[in-house]
Amino acid sequence: MTTMTQTAPQAAPASERPVLLSVRHLKVWYELRKWGFGLAGYVKAVDDVSFDLHEGEAIAIVGESGCGKSSLMKAILGLVPPHDGQILYQGQDIFAGGRAGLRWYRSQVGYVQQDPFGALPPFMSVRRILEEPLILVGVKDRDERLARIRAVMEEVKLSPPEDFLNKFPHMLSGGQQQRVVIARAMIRNPKLMVADEPVSMLDASVRVEILKLLRQIQEEHNLAVIYITHDLSTVRYFSERIFVMYAGKVIEKASTDELLWHPQHPYTLALLNAISDPDAANARKLREVPPGEPPSLVTPPPGCRFHPRCKYAIEGECDVNVPPEFPTRPQHLTACWLYDERYAQQRQALEADLGDLA
Amino acid sequence: MSGQPSTSAQPVLKTEDLVLYFRTTKGVVQAVDHVDFELDEGRAVVVIGESGCGKTSFAKAVLRLLPRNVHTYTGRVYLDGQDIMALDDEDFRLHIRWAKMSLVPQAAMNALNPVLRVSDQVAEPLLIHEKDVSREEALERAREMFRFVGVPESFLSRYPFELSGGMRQRVAIAMALITRPRLIILDEPTSALDVLTQANIMNVLKKIKWETGTSYMLITHDVATSSELADDVAVMYAGQMVENADAESFFKEPLHPYARMLMAAVPKLRGDEDLEFIPGQPPSLLDPPTGCRFADRCPFRFDKCDQDPPMFLVDGRKVKCWLFEKDAQGVYGTQPAVATGD
Repeated sequence: MTTMTQTAPQAAPASERPVLLSVRHLKVWYELRKWGFGLAGYVKAVDDVSFDLHEGEAIAIVGESGCGKSSLMKAILGLVPPHDGQILYQGQDIFAGGRAGLRWYRSQVGYVQQDPFGALPPFMSVRRILEEPLILVGVKDRDERLARIRAVMEEVKLSPPEDFLNKFPHMLSGGQQQRVVIARAMIRNPKLMVADEPVSMLDASVRVEILKLLRQIQEEHNLAVIYITHDLSTVRYFSERIFVMYAGKVIEKASTDELLWHPQHPYTLALLNAISDPDAANARKLREVPPGEPPSLVTPPPGCRFHPRCKYAIEGECDVNVPPEFPTRPQHLTACWLYDERYAQQRQALEADLGDLA
Repeated sequence: MSGQPSTSAQPVLKTEDLVLYFRTTKGVVQAVDHVDFELDEGRAVVVIGESGCGKTSFAKAVLRLLPRNVHTYTGRVYLDGQDIMALDDEDFRLHIRWAKMSLVPQAAMNALNPVLRVSDQVAEPLLIHEKDVSREEALERAREMFRFVGVPESFLSRYPFELSGGMRQRVAIAMALITRPRLIILDEPTSALDVLTQANIMNVLKKIKWETGTSYMLITHDVATSSELADDVAVMYAGQMVENADAESFFKEPLHPYARMLMAAVPKLRGDEDLEFIPGQPPSLLDPPTGCRFADRCPFRFDKCDQDPPMFLVDGRKVKCWLFEKDAQGVYGTQPAVATGD
């Protein structure tokens, strides 16, 4: 279902490469307990999400806080067992192999945290931080460990490594800390990297440096990357496909350029409209923002979860039935009733607004 | 009131040679180093720069919210022409801070008192600064402010933890507004918020500005969002102000090499240009270099950069960079680098 955009690094289209990770009807629900026992309901953080990730493909999951993107990430990292549905890595359910299977799976996955300072233990030197994952996978030889640490540090441009090996996290700048986090994620040569807002805590000037570094590592290692962010303005520099999440559901899937230039879902349109490019004209006009806030995930609204905030909502449809994914354009799936043939007329208002965007 | 410049009026805020140094175990940190700055009535200035460049310290120096380890705190701060540095701390607290200048602190959503109802917190500054206001009147004004910033009135009796981040941010803004100050200083008001909430808050701030003519000083590292509010732009680097210009010309073409590189590092939603980053690190403020503080990272560096550049006036914009020195004929731009920034 995917073809490549100009930003694609590899020659072969991602869709022709084997599937690395497959998420099938995943539900991550958290139990709510009344007085500590007795089930009082669920927080439906991720509700029926499916997608395939191919080898060497970079995808971005975009959404506001509370939309379930972190829960989805935790499930993919094997940290939270799903309520229902499956996560298949190279065809194997990651939770089927028990603890040993999970441990092996985690050695295949690198994780780049959002807050580098919080993610690095303050009392461990860079060398120990990077050595530990190797000890865990059973690299017994000290010299070999050190050689691998040096290699990965060169790769994330912490060079010369000698300058950094014995430093503690607080002695490093924010950008250097994030490099250590990336080095730790890369040291076991993973096939998949999950990056949770890797640059949101960094200054603008460092941000670009880290994004470029991640891109370079991804290309060199043919790494599959799941890039989780709320900032649509950085995804273009990094990913081939974008999934937009809202209130636990993926509401739009498209290739990056396709989504940025031809958004289809009213929520995606609102997100794109809210982002500013530096321009003095911004100060003279108000931005259009949908009213209200994202819904509670305990009792999400029936039908389309965005309908209470959506100005195009169709009464009797959007507030009753959950919209399926409509193939609205090439390589573009949109979960919105407006794209049903029956509602071509109602769609005109949205299309007029989409026309303004371009 | 409009946001147009009123050149004849005296500035709302003016600082002259403002200095704020901190004492630390490692030495003296020169956080704010001889900053001259002006803000005209009804305008909004954004102060941008990397973390650690002294922008929050500058706000604190203006508001006289100082920690204990102050080493030097000198210079002049004028508010509506009044020299407020001459006031003693008690007068400053009673008549200036929050009465005429208020602050929306960094991470304001977490700065609310968790055990007080938000209505009481918003009303509190009024009760302190306006002696003849009764509690009922203050709460009524708080209600008015809530309506103004777009918080439902039913939220008045809630506690902060019952509100979302965006709503708490609005409460903090309401608290800053309630005394009808001349100037509001906003320290990273939207950096912890989602894009939609961020756009919402910016809309609220714009409406307040258009309707009340309040002046703003917005401190942020997010250049793209700052353009939502900016009439003027001030760029800080390593404790110094390096460029001060109107937003129109700044966003079109920044002059200072640092400002140019900062702009080139801003990701654009649909642009095609490659992003650039600024190599190296800002200098330590413990022992900053004697000449231009950006020289080590500057691609246009030349001999003169070993001396500290003054502020040069270029078409009404101020730039602290030797590239903009005028030669004997009064022409600037004899240095080749200037021509590259078309």
